Amino acid sequence: PELQYRQYQVVGRKIPTESDPTPPMYRLKVFAQDEVFAKSRFWYYMNRLRKVKKSVGEVLRVIEIKEKSPNQVKNYGIWIRYDSRSGTHNMYKEARGTSLNGAIKEIYEEMGSRHRARHSVVQIVKTDIIPAAECRRDNTTQFHDSKIAFPLKHRLPRSNKKSHKSTFKA
Amino acid sequence: MVFTKFVEVGRVAMINYGEDYGKLCTIVNVINGNLALVDGPQNITGVQRQKINFKRLTLTDITVKIPLNARQKTIVKAFEEEKVIDAWNESSLKKKLDRMEKRASLNDFDRFKVMLA
Repeated sequence: PELQYRQYQVVGRKIPTESDPTPPMYRLKVFAQDEVFAKSRFWYYMNRLRKVKKSVGEVLRVIEIKEKSPNQVKNYGIWIRYDSRSGTHNMYKEARGTSLNGAIKEIYEEMGSRHRARHSVVQIVKTDIIPAAECRRDNTTQFHDSKIAFPLKHRLPRSNKKSHKSTFKA
Repeated sequence: MVFTKFVEVGRVAMINYGEDYGKLCTIVNVINGNLALVDGPQNITGVQRQKINFKRLTLTDITVKIPLNARQKTIVKAFEEEKVIDAWNESSLKKKLDRMEKRASLNDFDRFKVMLA
C-alpha cells in the first residue's frame, strides 16, 4: 500500500507529582503514518523542547486531524527545518493540492529527491494555507489563472485496464 | 501542429481508466501539471468531485461555460443549457465506444448474423 501521511494531534504532559500536581499540558501536531509514530515524535520533541521524558510523562490524547475541505484546491506553505550533510537549515516550500496530508507527502518526497534529506532529518515546523496573492513560488503561482488553458502534449497510448497492460506494444 | 482541445475550466472529458471508465466529467480547476479537480456533475454523470490525473482523461470537443471552482449546481445547469449529454451522444468517440461495447457483447449467433449481413 502507498505511503500515506496523516495529521495527528498529540496532547501530553509530565505525570503529576506531589511537588507539581498540575503540570502544563502540551499539544503537538505531527504528520505520521500511524498513531504509534505520532506518539514517538511527541516524546522526541518533548525531550528536546520541554525537558520531559517519556518515562516521567504521559500521553493524554491522540486524535487524527482530518481534512476539512478535500475537494477545494489550496496553496500550502510549509516551513521546514532539516539537516543537510554540513549543517541544519530552514526552508519554506509551497505545494498546491487538495489536502494538507497530500502536500506534506509531496514535500517529504521533494526533500528526499532534491536535497537527499531522509524523513528523520526533516522537521515540519509550520504549515499554513496561503492565499494566492501571497504565494512566493512560480511553480504555484503559474496555476493562479482563472482562464488557464493548456493542451496535453505528447500523449502516450495506454490500455484502459491494468490487465491489458503490456511492456511492448506492437 | 495546432492543438484544439485544451485543459481549461469547463472542458468536458471522458475518464479513460479506472472505476469511472467511460463516464464524463468537467474540469473545475487545475491543481498542477498532472492533476485536475473534476466534477461529473455527480447527478448527471455519476462522477464525484475529486482530483484526477490528466493521464486518466480523454478531452472531448465539448466545453461548458462555468466559473472557476463552480459548484455542482452551476455545472448541472450549464450541462442542461448547453445540452452536453446530447452533444456527447452524437460525438464520434461515444459512437465508437458504443460500437466496441456492442461487439464485445455479441454471442456466437449474433456474430454469425453480422457475418451474413
